[in-house]
Amino acid sequence: MNFDYNEEQQLLSDSVRRFLGKDYDFEARRKIVASDAGWSPAAWKTFAELGLTGLPFASEHGGFGGGAVDLMGVMEAFGEALVVEPYLPTLMGGLAVARSPLAGSILPGVVEGKTKLAFAHAEKGARYDLAAVTTRARKAGEDWTIEGEKAAVIGAPMADKLVLSARTGDGVALFVTENLNCKAYRTLDEMRACDLVFKGERAQRLEGGLALVEELADFAAALVCAEAVGAMKFACDATLEYLKTRRQFGVPIGTFQALQHRMVDMFIAQEQARSMACLACSKVDQTGERKERARAVSAAKIKIADSARHISQESVQLHGGMGMSEELKISHTFRRLTVMAGQFGDADHHLARFAAF
Amino acid sequence: MDLNYSADEAAFREEVRAWLGANLAPDLKDKVASYAHLSKDDLLRWHRILAAKGWVAPAWPREWGGTGWNVVQRYIFEEELGYAGAPPLIPFGLAMCAAVLLRFGTEAQKRRFLPRIYQGEDFWCQGYSEPGSGSDLASLKTKAQRAGEHYVVNGQKIWTTLAHYADWIFCLVRTDPNVERRQEGISFLLIDMKTPGITVRPLILMDGAHDVNEVFFDDVKVPAENLVHEEGKGWTVAKYLLGYERMNTGRIGESRRQLATLKEYASSAMQDSRFRDRLSRLEIELMALEITNLRFLDRMRRTGQPPGADVSMLKIKGTEIQQGLTELMFQATDPAASDAFSEAVRRKYLSMRKTTIYAGSNEIQRNIIAKMTLGL
Repeated sequence: MNFDYNEEQQLLSDSVRRFLGKDYDFEARRKIVASDAGWSPAAWKTFAELGLTGLPFASEHGGFGGGAVDLMGVMEAFGEALVVEPYLPTLMGGLAVARSPLAGSILPGVVEGKTKLAFAHAEKGARYDLAAVTTRARKAGEDWTIEGEKAAVIGAPMADKLVLSARTGDGVALFVTENLNCKAYRTLDEMRACDLVFKGERAQRLEGGLALVEELADFAAALVCAEAVGAMKFACDATLEYLKTRRQFGVPIGTFQALQHRMVDMFIAQEQARSMACLACSKVDQTGERKERARAVSAAKIKIADSARHISQESVQLHGGMGMSEELKISHTFRRLTVMAGQFGDADHHLARFAAF
Repeated sequence: MDLNYSADEAAFREEVRAWLGANLAPDLKDKVASYAHLSKDDLLRWHRILAAKGWVAPAWPREWGGTGWNVVQRYIFEEELGYAGAPPLIPFGLAMCAAVLLRFGTEAQKRRFLPRIYQGEDFWCQGYSEPGSGSDLASLKTKAQRAGEHYVVNGQKIWTTLAHYADWIFCLVRTDPNVERRQEGISFLLIDMKTPGITVRPLILMDGAHDVNEVFFDDVKVPAENLVHEEGKGWTVAKYLLGYERMNTGRIGESRRQLATLKEYASSAMQDSRFRDRLSRLEIELMALEITNLRFLDRMRRTGQPPGADVSMLKIKGTEIQQGLTELMFQATDPAASDAFSEAVRRKYLSMRKTTIYAGSNEIQRNIIAKMTLGL
């Protein structure tokens, strides 16, 4: 048993942090978010150079064959810096493709940073039910045609290809298609998303169905846990710093016990969340067993959702009016943590799932 | 990162579990499982079974009977004891007095007291709190005046757990009232409970149990050789002990057993999703605490450093979970039932309220983290 990153993981995490600290500080991020495209090609190029876009893919495609634990440090750093580039959607799309013969034609481009992907699964009204897919796929010669709507597809505006789920005669299946034109909008946490309407576009079928979607969702949920821990760390660090420097009644407000105890509870929530992120990432890497994986991921997601809500709300409250201000990173962290609490299932969803297993 | 126990650690756990299966007396196990009162004989019987096996004080140095286990093995051992439903090992002698003697005691003091603690020949209690000195421990007033080869002790201790069983008490006493800082002038004394002038009076808590006492000292003569560390340096000893206390309050094995009991006992209440979700959240807090605890142990093993102040969170979360479990257990009882077990469950709920108060209240633990870890 050990809780350290190995040397490679640590080096990677350090170089990601170095890059983000230098070129992706809050000002730089503000400019990226304000730009028309809403993402930074330069940052993406660096992600590829650092090997991030190849991390979980097989070496035959130029990747490094890593797992969720290998990605933890990266996700934490991304969470701390509030990275808005479509990294997770690209990884999910890539992992969906990875088990199909098409992998050889798509993944090398992903690894090199030339191809960004989006994972179009959710539909309006489905909430977090992965099986609620109404989009239809019909066989058309070698290919398939798609009809239906996908909603809130993160990263779709800048994606080069789409991986999507659709219902066939024999259940939910996965497909890959070229991106469509869609109207981009900003999400609550300043990412770019689209609703996608398919009217008979051609797509190629991938291996795997609903079981793979669930596996990918668990993998992504574990990564979101790690990313959320990074954002929580920023929220806690920034709030602690504020308590030490903000003076009222002639003293730093951190001398007030009412605030000290709330700060301690945030700190404990962060440590408990980190423990569960470790559990989720380890389990998705190590177990092929659905029940064990699902229980660990759902447990982690519940803890992370609760801690994200607790820490984000308290960080704003303890910053007072400044916490509400658009000028401070703390309010943007609040927005990101609020979204992450619900990403791939909120606490209520995972409580039902945890109990069902 | 690898959250799995090594093959050696897993084998160690199996060894402990098998031994407990064969040696934990069924009547003791039943008493623990049914929340029954444990007598002094019950506690000592279990202590001596472990002593005979050589497992009663794993953390001690080998020369005094320790097992040489590393921190993870010790954690596994404690977890298994709790999970099996073994009676508690009373910490005042084994964990606390011994830790102090091993760190600050003279060779003669170690030789005199440690073997008797190990064998369960002396039952110890802890004389810290006073009527006016609870969380503000350094305000304590019990006086010890030097008179030749003795100290003469006058004053009162309160909330003294199992003083009515005890042969010895270790006390923080004020040897010098004229000091600038209240933390100075305090000394650490070992006192024979049979000494004339000591009176023990029971304090009955809201669950009806007699666990704690008031202890009165009226011109009690204590040989000067029973002073531990230097006169006036008792606060150093007390602070050293605090770290030990905090590391052992997670009680994860015991909470895992309570959780399993609760799931079985509350199977009908579990049909209600509101109850089920409350239970799930507690279970997840416990999973997280277990990993957080292992992270601390891993850090200690890796750095060779003693636990930091942040381990106070184990006490905070551990006791919150223990209380949460007994509260749900209470809720799961049939409100119309008055059988012995239902009544015991209700008393247990009352009793467990003490856990967030004793051993440094959870508010004091938060103060410690705020000051020592966060620098507030």
